[in-house]
Amino acid sequence: MSGTARIERRRNVQLRLGVNGEDTEVSFAPYKTLLELLREDLGLTGTKHGCELGECGACAVLIDGEPQLACLKLAIECEGCSVETIEGLARGKELHPLQAAFADHGGSQCGYCTPGVIMTAKGLLDHEPEPSRERIREATAGILCRCTGYQQIVDAIEHAAAELRGERK
Amino acid sequence: MSAPQKRLEVVGRSRRRVDARAKVLGQLRFADDLVLPRMLHAKLLRSPHPHAVIESLDASRARSHPGVHLVLTGRDFPVPFGIMPVSQDEYPLAPERVRYVGDPVAAVIARDEQTAGEALELIEVKYRALPTIATPEEALAHPETRIHDYGEQGNIHRNQAYEFGDVEDALANADHVFEDLFFYEGNTHLPMEQQASLAAIDGEGKLLLSSSTQNPHYLHRQLAQVLQIPAAQIRVIACPNGGGFGGKCDPGGHEFVVCKAALLLGRPVKIGLTRQEVFYVHRGRHPVLMKLRTGVSRDGRLTAMHLQTLLDGGAYGSHGPASTFYTGVLTPVTYELPRFKFEACRVFTNKPACGPKRGHGTPQPRFGQEVQLDKIAEKLRLDPAKLRLNMVTKPGSLTASWLRVGTTGLAECIRKAVEISGWKAKHRKLPPGRGVGIACSTYMCGAGVSIYWNKMPHSGVQLLVDRSGQVTVFCGSTEIGQGSDDVLAAIVAEVLGVDTGVVRCVTGDTGLTPVDLGSYSSRVTIMMGNAAMQAAERMREQIAGSVCETLGTTPERVAFSQGRVFAAEDPGKGMSFAEAVAITEAKLGTLSTVGSYTPPKPPGKYKGGGVGPSPAYSFSACVVAVEVDEKTGWIHVPKIWIAHDIGRAINPVLARGQVIGGVYMGLGEALMEEQVFRRLPPKLSAALVHRIPSMLDYKSLTALDMPEVEVALIEDPDPNCPFGAKEVGQGPLLPVMPAVANAIYDAVGVRIDELPITPDKVLAALELKAQGKTPRIGPARFPEVPYPKPMFVLPPWEGGDGNESKMPRPLGVAAS
Amino acid sequence: MMRLPWFDYRAPRSVEEAAKILAWEGNGAMLIAGGTDLLPNMKRRHQMPQTLVSVRQVEALKKIANGSGLRLGAGLTLTELLAVRGLRERYRALAQAAAQVATPQLRNMGTLGGNLCLDTRCTYYNQNYEWRKAIDFCMKKDGEVCWVATASKRCLAVSSTDTAPALIALGARVKLVSAAGEREIALAELYQNDGIDYLKRKPDEILTEVLLPQPDGWRSSYWKLRRRGSFDFPLLGVAAAAKLAADGTVEAARLVLGAVSSHPLVIKSDALAGRKLTDDVIAEIGEAAQSRAKPMDNTDMDLRWRKHVVADFVGYALRELRGDDMSAMRLRIAKQLV
Repeated sequence: MSGTARIERRRNVQLRLGVNGEDTEVSFAPYKTLLELLREDLGLTGTKHGCELGECGACAVLIDGEPQLACLKLAIECEGCSVETIEGLARGKELHPLQAAFADHGGSQCGYCTPGVIMTAKGLLDHEPEPSRERIREATAGILCRCTGYQQIVDAIEHAAAELRGERK
Repeated sequence: MSAPQKRLEVVGRSRRRVDARAKVLGQLRFADDLVLPRMLHAKLLRSPHPHAVIESLDASRARSHPGVHLVLTGRDFPVPFGIMPVSQDEYPLAPERVRYVGDPVAAVIARDEQTAGEALELIEVKYRALPTIATPEEALAHPETRIHDYGEQGNIHRNQAYEFGDVEDALANADHVFEDLFFYEGNTHLPMEQQASLAAIDGEGKLLLSSSTQNPHYLHRQLAQVLQIPAAQIRVIACPNGGGFGGKCDPGGHEFVVCKAALLLGRPVKIGLTRQEVFYVHRGRHPVLMKLRTGVSRDGRLTAMHLQTLLDGGAYGSHGPASTFYTGVLTPVTYELPRFKFEACRVFTNKPACGPKRGHGTPQPRFGQEVQLDKIAEKLRLDPAKLRLNMVTKPGSLTASWLRVGTTGLAECIRKAVEISGWKAKHRKLPPGRGVGIACSTYMCGAGVSIYWNKMPHSGVQLLVDRSGQVTVFCGSTEIGQGSDDVLAAIVAEVLGVDTGVVRCVTGDTGLTPVDLGSYSSRVTIMMGNAAMQAAERMREQIAGSVCETLGTTPERVAFSQGRVFAAEDPGKGMSFAEAVAITEAKLGTLSTVGSYTPPKPPGKYKGGGVGPSPAYSFSACVVAVEVDEKTGWIHVPKIWIAHDIGRAINPVLARGQVIGGVYMGLGEALMEEQVFRRLPPKLSAALVHRIPSMLDYKSLTALDMPEVEVALIEDPDPNCPFGAKEVGQGPLLPVMPAVANAIYDAVGVRIDELPITPDKVLAALELKAQGKTPRIGPARFPEVPYPKPMFVLPPWEGGDGNESKMPRPLGVAAS
Repeated sequence: MMRLPWFDYRAPRSVEEAAKILAWEGNGAMLIAGGTDLLPNMKRRHQMPQTLVSVRQVEALKKIANGSGLRLGAGLTLTELLAVRGLRERYRALAQAAAQVATPQLRNMGTLGGNLCLDTRCTYYNQNYEWRKAIDFCMKKDGEVCWVATASKRCLAVSSTDTAPALIALGARVKLVSAAGEREIALAELYQNDGIDYLKRKPDEILTEVLLPQPDGWRSSYWKLRRRGSFDFPLLGVAAAAKLAADGTVEAARLVLGAVSSHPLVIKSDALAGRKLTDDVIAEIGEAAQSRAKPMDNTDMDLRWRKHVVADFVGYALRELRGDDMSAMRLRIAKQLV
C-alpha cells in the first residue's frame, strides 16, 4: 500500500508479506487481523488464540523480530512485514533449541500457550542471550499459562539460552 | 497388579513426553485448528435475561440473510441432556425458558463466522422476565420462584445427610469444640483453549464430531440420546485439549448444535466459543458456605466433626449431585476422625452452572478444615505440623465413613515439607509481616463408580504389535495436557522393554478405541495404566512363550529390555524386539491383546457410599511463605514448598510440572480468582450478569506473580496402581489455599476465613485487630437449611458392617 | 473468535495527509496507531468507525528530538520510548509508567499517543455487545444510565492511562495538528473529567508530539497499583515530580493521580514548597491526595481499599523522590524493578 491507499469495504484485498522467510501473497477480507490471516488464509494454525482482545498473549508471533500479538494486528498493516510463527522455527527436522528445551523440561503441558511463549522467548534471546530468571519472567509475563505455573517454562528458556550460547550440548 | 521384577528403564525417568514434539512445532491440531472442505460456521444466540420465559422467537430475517444456511432453535432439540442420569435438565438450545444470562436459545449456521454473527442480531426473541435468584440464601428464602420443577424441594437441587457414629455425643464429650464458618467463592477453569467443535458426516454417512472434550465417552452417549440416533452411528474424537481442569467434562450445547446442523445440511459445521461464552459454559468451582464443628481432645486429636455445606449450583444440575457429595466425603481421609457427620445442600441460582473443577468439591471443605486445624493448634499451643503428623490416618485403615485408605505418605509429606521449608526456624519466629503456613490434603486416584450405573470396565486398552516392531496402543483416554498419552506409552514401553518412541498412542476416539471413561477424577494413570499394564503383560507372555524355545530358556526367563528380547541368564543371546514379534506372529497369527480395569468394590455398602471410594489416595503437604504489608494489607508470596505422595512418578519432569501447575492454580484461587456476578439496582433493572467475563478482568497469575515452588515427590509405590503410580493432577492444588490463609495469620495475626484472600480483607481484619475486636473476616452466619434426616452408619470400630444402621439414641439428643 | 466489523482503511504517509483525510471523512473516521486500545473496542462494538486512518506509516510521528527539552513523536511505541537514550535518568516517572503498561508484547505495539488518548474504562463498558445488552447498555455507549452511580449526570468511566499522570507531573505539553492548523497545549489541558468526552482533542485533530521541558534538577517517580505484575490497567497511578534544593528542600513539586477519576487528577502540592520531604510532610501530602481521590466501583478491587491506599502510594513515590531505597517495596508491588 502506498500513499493514501484506500481499502473499500466488503472486498477482498491483496497483500505481500514475508512469512517464515518466504515471500507470500494472499487475498483476504480486510477486517481480518494477522491472527485470522495466518490461521484461516495461510493455514498456519500453530498460532493460537485465547481471547482475541490482547488479554492472554496466546497469539504472540514475531513481526520484524519483535513479539507482538497477532490478534490486535490488522492484517492489512503487515504489507512488507516479516512474520515469524512457530511453524518456521525448526530447521528441517531439527528442533530449535527453544523447542527442544520446552519439550525436555516440561515447558509445554497442554501446548496451547506454547507457540506464543516460544516465539516471545525467541524475541527475548535474539536481543538478550543471557537473561536472568527474573528477566525471563518479565519478558514472558504477557502470556498466560494455566498449566505449568511458569516455572518449567522459565527452566526451558534458561536451558535453551545456554544451548544457544554454546554452553551445553 | 504384579510389577515386573526387573529394574525400571522407562518408568521413573524424566523423558521428553510423547506428544511434546508436535506441541513445540505448532503441529498439534486442536479442535479449532481443524478445517474441512465446504465447512460452515455456527454461532449461538444467548439469552440477555437471567430468568425468563421465551414468548416468541422469530428467525425469519436471519434465515433470509445472505450466506445463512440454517437457523436452529429449541424446537429442533426435544430431548434434554445432563452429564448425570439424575439431572437431565438442559437443552442444547433452551426451548421455552432461559435460566441465566448466556443460556443459548438459537444458532445460526452460515458461510463464515462474521456472517453468522451478523445474522444473530436479526433473530427477534420476546422474553417475559421472571423473578431471579442470585444467591443460595435467596434460593432458600424463595422456594416459590422455582428455577427447575424437579429437585428435592423449592430451589434445592440436592440435599444429603450422613452420620457415621453419634457425633453429638462425641462433641458433648470433647475437651474442646471448635465451631467455624468459612466461605469459598466460586471460580472457573479458564483453560487457554476456548471450546471448539467440528461436526461432519463421514464417507460412510456416519456422524463424526471432533471436539475439545475431556470425556468423549460420556459425550458419545449424550449425543445418541439427544440426536436420537444409534451410538454406533456416531464417532466422537476428543481433540487434544488446550487445558481442561474439569471445564470440558460436561457436554456443551454447542456440541449438539454442530452435530444437528451437520446432519441436516450434510456439510461440516464448526463452532468456536468466544472467551465470554467459555465463562458462560463455566461448570467451575461451586461457591460453598461451610460450617465446621469439630471436637478435639486436650492432646490435639480429633474426636468428631459435624460438617455442613451449602453449594451455589447455578442454573443447571451438571455434576452437581457428585459435587455435593465431594464437599464432604474426602474430609475423613487425611486424619483419624472417630465420628463424622456430613450435611450438604446444593441450590439452583440464575447463574452459569457450576460443576467439576480440579479437586471437584473437595478444595472448599479442605480449606475450612485446614484453617480450623491451624486455629486448634494455636489454641492448644501445639505446632500445627506436629498436630497433623500425630493424627494422620494409618495405611490400610478404614475411615468412619468406610473409605479404605490404602498406602499413605502423608506423614512423610509433612516431614519433608517441614524440612525443606525450614518450618521450625520460621513458624511463629519471623518478624512481623512475614509468616509461614502449613496445610495438608488428599485426593482420590479415580472415582470408584462410573457416572452412569454399569458393571463394565472403567478403562480398556488394546495393543497391536506387528513384525515391523511398532507397538500401537488404543485407549479412549483423553490427553488434556496432563500427559495421559505419555503415561500410556511409558507403561507399555516398560513392560515390553522398548523405547516410548516405538509406541504409537491412539486415544480419545470412540470410533477406534476401547472405552475409557475420560479425563476426570484423577483416574487416568491408575485406571488406564492398569488396563495398559494388563494388555502389555499379556502381549509379553505371548511373545515370551513363542521365543523361549529359540532362546533356549523358559517363558518366565525371557527378558525384555532396551528393544531386545533375550534369555535372562544369557543376555548376549537374544534378538531384537521386532524379530521376537515376527517369530510370535508366525506362531500365533496376528498379535493383539487387550486389558481392562474395574476398580475394587468399596467397603461401604450404604446408599451413597459409592462416592468417595478410590483404588488409592494421594497426599500432599504444603508450606507457603507470605509477606504482608501491615499498612495496606498487600500480600506477597515469595516461595512455596510442597511434598506430594505420588506413589511413583512415571515421568518425573511431568509429575513435577503437574505439582507446580496445581500449586499455581491453588495460589490463584487463594489470592484472586473468582467468578462473581453483579445485580443492578432492582428498581431500574432486573439484570444479573457475570461481573468480569474476560481474561483481563478474571485475574489469573502471570509469570511475575508466581513464586518459585520447591517440589518433593514422595515415592512409596501403591500396590493398586500401575508401577505404584498415584495421581498428581489435582491433589497438589488442595493444600495451597489454607496454607496461604495460615501463613497470613502467622505474619499479621488475622484470620481470613473466606477465599479469595485480598488485601482489602486483610486490611479490614488488621483494623479490627487494632480496635481490639476479633481480627477475622469471614462469613457471619449459616442460614437455616432443611437438611434431611441423616443416614446413620456405624463406623468400623463401633461394630458397623458398612450398611445403614439404627441410631443408638434419638437424633439430636446428646448423651450426658 | 472475536472479529472486527467491516471498515474502510486509509494509510496516509504524512501528518498533513492524515489531517486532510480526517477533515474530509468527518466523524465516521478514527485514527489508529498501535491498535491495542481501538481494536478490542471495535471487536466489542464500542466503536465502529466507517474508516480507519492508520498513522503507522507516518514517519514524522516516530521522531525524537533533543533541544531545549525532549520532543517525542506520538507514534513511538512504548518499547521505542523506553529505549530513548537518557529517558530513565532524566524522566524517570515516564520510564516507570511506560514500563508498566500492559504487557511486553503490547508495549511493542501500543504507542505513546495511543496511551495518552486511551479510552476511559469501566466494568459496565469494557464488555462484549451481548453483555452490555444484558444490562440495557450504559451512558457511555448505546444506553442512558451510568450504572456506576445511577443518579450521575455524567459518565464515570475511569482514566486509565499510565503515561499521562507521569507526563503531566513532568510538565509535558502536546502538539495537536488538524487540517485547519496546529496548537500546543499543556498535557493536563488535554483532559476533562467526563468519561465520554474525556479528551479536549477535536475529532479531526492528531496528537503528533509530546514536548518535555529540560529536567533542570527535577526528579520524578511513578507508582502503579494493579492486581498483577502484568496486563492490568492501573487501579491507581501516582506520579510525583519535584525540584529539590541541595539540602533537600522542595523548590517546586507536582503530584498527579491516575485511575481515580475520569481524567488525570492534579493534586495541589503548594504545601510542599519550601519544606523538606520528612515523613510527616509525606504523610500530610498523602492524606491530602487521598481525600481528593474518588475511586468508583467500576474497576478491579474494593473501592474503599483503593481510596485507603492512595496515601501509602503517594508516600512510596515521595520517598523515592527523597532518595529512599524503595526497591524491595517496588518488587512487592510491581513484581519487577522499573
